[in-house]
Amino acid sequence: MSDIFDIYLLEAVLNGLLLGGLFALLSLGLNLVFGVIDVVWICYAELIMCGMYGVYYLHVQYHWPLLLAMAASVGIVAFLGWLLHQFVIRPVLNAEPINQLLVTGGVLFFLQAAATLVFGIEFRNLGVTLPSVRLGEMSFSAARLVAFGAALGGVIALYLFLTRTYLGTAIRAISQDRAIMPLMGVDPARIFALTSALGGALAGLGACLLVLQYDVHPAIGLSFGPITFLICVLGGLGNMVGGFIAAFVFAQFIAVGGFFFAVEWGYVIAFVFFIAVMFWRPRGILGK
Amino acid sequence: MLAVRNVTAGYGDFNALFDVSLEVRAGEAVAVIGPNGAGKTTLLRVISKIIEPKRGELTFEGASLAPLRPHVVVSRGIAHVPENRRLFPRLTAEENLRMGAYTSRHQYAARLEEVYALFPRLKERRAQVAGTLSGGEQQMCAIARALMSRPKLLLLDEPSAGLAPVVVQSIFELVRRICAEGYTVLIVEQNIRQVLKVVERAYLLEAGRIVRSGSAAQLLAAPEIQKAYLGL
Repeated sequence: MSDIFDIYLLEAVLNGLLLGGLFALLSLGLNLVFGVIDVVWICYAELIMCGMYGVYYLHVQYHWPLLLAMAASVGIVAFLGWLLHQFVIRPVLNAEPINQLLVTGGVLFFLQAAATLVFGIEFRNLGVTLPSVRLGEMSFSAARLVAFGAALGGVIALYLFLTRTYLGTAIRAISQDRAIMPLMGVDPARIFALTSALGGALAGLGACLLVLQYDVHPAIGLSFGPITFLICVLGGLGNMVGGFIAAFVFAQFIAVGGFFFAVEWGYVIAFVFFIAVMFWRPRGILGK
Repeated sequence: MLAVRNVTAGYGDFNALFDVSLEVRAGEAVAVIGPNGAGKTTLLRVISKIIEPKRGELTFEGASLAPLRPHVVVSRGIAHVPENRRLFPRLTAEENLRMGAYTSRHQYAARLEEVYALFPRLKERRAQVAGTLSGGEQQMCAIARALMSRPKLLLLDEPSAGLAPVVVQSIFELVRRICAEGYTVLIVEQNIRQVLKVVERAYLLEAGRIVRSGSAAQLLAAPEIQKAYLGL
């Protein structure tokens, strides 16, 4: 009896790990943009929604191969991130933070409403079912394994980009001292636009992984947006390492909490934990 | 090499410089000296285009600087070491240098060796996060970062500010060596006695106006400078 108990607990922990990888990737783009540009994209999850629709339509309606549809969707969402910066964020770059929140919040509702108009309110499914993988008596969804692997790959690629390239170093530098970047020969406007495209690309990658596991509908952003935002805040908004750690902690609370009680309780426990941390460290685990 | 003609500049309605003219010739080391608030920092900011002059003109190697946006000034050959060093505190010393080479990355490796030869101390500290360097090391790193682009003209804004006296000595020694390497240097300083030992010529800036200019020896010997600034 105790053996079976242990193996199911282990399964829950491992599933939490897989979920954590996905959360880590989702939080990455939001954190990157906030860390560099100092603006929170409240509509981040709606960009993910656009990416999910992109994969769905290109693959199901236009019969593109799945991987090609995914690559194109990453590109599309990267472009949306760039558009968002140029036309919405840039005019309010030096405005009050509350105004910046309001405009990106406006984009959230705009995208939701536009998706409802264009795509309708049906739940749409990619129709791709990946098998589940059995490991002894434990079983894992292959979609989650793929998502975990891709998320980890994305995290590592971003880390290498930020530490090994001139552009990546400039992205880190600009968040530390925006005003002197021109003295380095760097045009801050260009770095901001690029960072926004990169944040969009990360949202697009998240979309590709989510669409493997979940149906798309215009309000799907509400299922991931709040969690993604809370994870970023939990880790320290703008701190990518903090967000990475927080993603795994949060996912464990959901998975293991769901194992001991019910799945819904997993979320309750995770949010209680979040609130407790906010009392203890209002700026997040690694916040300054 | 650099000519500033009748420049008036400031922030909003407030003017910090009035009708300032000066010149730096290739290979020269020139200082602009004067008290706190005289407009020295504003002058350097005008030259590197961080602020637009309201009147007057700037030419560098015969071409006007007027049409340039701030971030292209470096690739024209002007590097600016800003007031208070302004390193990127959470990047390592070497990453700071990499930022200095942003516009000249193809020669990064060679430049890094040259700059490390000039600042062996930085080579030891290369992997250290810049915010944890000592004040003197930070100033070295800021100067080295500017040198990474192999500038034709180096602008130095108060390199001795906020440093312990013994460190100030070593920074001026460094500036002397940089001048000896053939760089053209325009340095702005409050530490008048020290800087006049390093440069060939100087301008005295007071309340936004150039009130005197001449060779370093002339200014050191001028009675009003001795009285007001050197406490003699």
